[in-house]
Amino acid sequence: MSDLTELYQQTIIEHNRSPRNFKKLADANRTAEGYNAICGDKITLYVRLEDDVIKDIGFQGSGCAISQASASLMTNAVAGRSKREAEALFRAFHDMVAGGPDAPADPMSLGKLAAFAGVRQFPARVKCANLSWHTLRAALVAAAEPVSTE
Amino acid sequence: MTTTRAVPTTRAAQPALDVATRRADFPLLATRVHGKPLVYLDNAATSQKPRAVIEAITRYYETSNANVHRGVYWLSEHATAAYEGAREKARAFLNAREAREIIFVRSTTEGINLVASSFGRTNLGAGDEVLISAMEHHSNIVPWQLICEERGATLRVIPMSSAGELSLEEIEHRLTERTKIVALVHVSNSLGTINPVREVVALAHAKGIPVLVDGAQAAPHMPVDVQALDCDFYTVSGHKMFGPTGIGVLYGKAARLEAMPPYQGGGDMIRSVTFAKTTFADIPAKFEAGTPHIAGAIGLGAAIDYLSRLDWELVAQHERDLLGYASARLQEVPGVRLVGTAAHKASVISFVVAGVHAHDVGTIVDQQGVAIRTGHHCTQPVMDFFGVPATARASFAFYNTREDADALVTALGSVRQVFGG
Repeated sequence: MSDLTELYQQTIIEHNRSPRNFKKLADANRTAEGYNAICGDKITLYVRLEDDVIKDIGFQGSGCAISQASASLMTNAVAGRSKREAEALFRAFHDMVAGGPDAPADPMSLGKLAAFAGVRQFPARVKCANLSWHTLRAALVAAAEPVSTE
Repeated sequence: MTTTRAVPTTRAAQPALDVATRRADFPLLATRVHGKPLVYLDNAATSQKPRAVIEAITRYYETSNANVHRGVYWLSEHATAAYEGAREKARAFLNAREAREIIFVRSTTEGINLVASSFGRTNLGAGDEVLISAMEHHSNIVPWQLICEERGATLRVIPMSSAGELSLEEIEHRLTERTKIVALVHVSNSLGTINPVREVVALAHAKGIPVLVDGAQAAPHMPVDVQALDCDFYTVSGHKMFGPTGIGVLYGKAARLEAMPPYQGGGDMIRSVTFAKTTFADIPAKFEAGTPHIAGAIGLGAAIDYLSRLDWELVAQHERDLLGYASARLQEVPGVRLVGTAAHKASVISFVVAGVHAHDVGTIVDQQGVAIRTGHHCTQPVMDFFGVPATARASFAFYNTREDADALVTALGSVRQVFGG
């Protein structure tokens, strides 16, 4: 159970059960879709971007607990942040879950996002945690094609 | 635990499959995962291999490796005899009339693509129809979509019931003068349903329509007799029936195969080649361009030898027991719902856990050493029909036991522990 409780931390279970910012923004000026065809996880992200700042953000989707909690915690983490700050968080998060060179020495610096530190022990699930972040990046550059992390 | 369960019981007085001995034939089943004994319940994805198959492949490479149908030297003749010997084993396994009706392909997928492409190119025109069912694997949907699009034909779909069953009435009135071929799965990989193939073939033949049967999930569970089924094409994958990956068999009635153009061009499939014109070899060579998967065919032959030594009455009895026992035990788990409840099923059980995505279920039970498949199982239309994004699937082979089902049920307890509720 110990590896499992590292993966399924209470924060993740709780955000999966009650996702934050689970809404469609009527006044979104950026949207993007993330879809992992093989596992079926889906995210639609709505962003209102003003002067390069994420003024409001929401998502809708369905999928595993990791993908849905990741979207929920991400929207909380990037709301009110600039594009540049969101990009820095993207990199730090990505490296934390995928074990990249810039993995934060202290994941706690990522705040609640540190709940995903256990994902790197489960290589098959990294793509679940990353989907919403790649979708955010696509929204911020106004990409037309759906995103996949598979 | 003194609970009594309403599940089928094996009567000790009657002969039963010697599962412990059979398990010992499969080296991989002794593996430990995350410190626990492996409980392998993903046989519908691929089965494990008996030592006899592994050794046959090694022996071939160590003692017989040469290209086939070419050399005049001893070794090539030896390899050719072994390769053609495997074809004869496949013929006997499927009870085909003649060995030339056996085409070696990569997989069931390639077998279907071969027929869709070759039969489709010559028999499908604008306004014609191909009839498949609502429970097909993507490999029996997409090749037909591709050829239908190319030829201006239409793909029609036989609906299924909420239990995951087809009705002969629904099939019969979709067989029209426009229907040029029926392509139907024998045993559904995601639902376990065993379809009434023989009856469907009879209905189709009454209107002169040929039938292709996707037998990938049937071959590991039951004897297949293509003459009794009277189907025009039947295709299987070696790796799902305890043989190697990368080899499969397409059976086709000789007259059908002879009337079809080649699928791929290359060496081994020609009679003579000039830059002006090529004439083709007779079947089966016409459909086996290039150096075939010789070792794979020989490994598949070894798997067929292994399977032919089993008592299939006992296998069927054992798998029925596993299906009944595992289904009953899974339904005792709070929140578990079975998807696919046909009256005639192979030992394949799809299920969902309320409030928990199948991938989370898969990750959690894996920590207990239990390997199950999670996802859409290459049957997205089936998932859409049942209104679920994905299912967890436990698929049993003859080497599985009631204890394997118990291990799955115990591991599912951890799902509740993690997710609460």
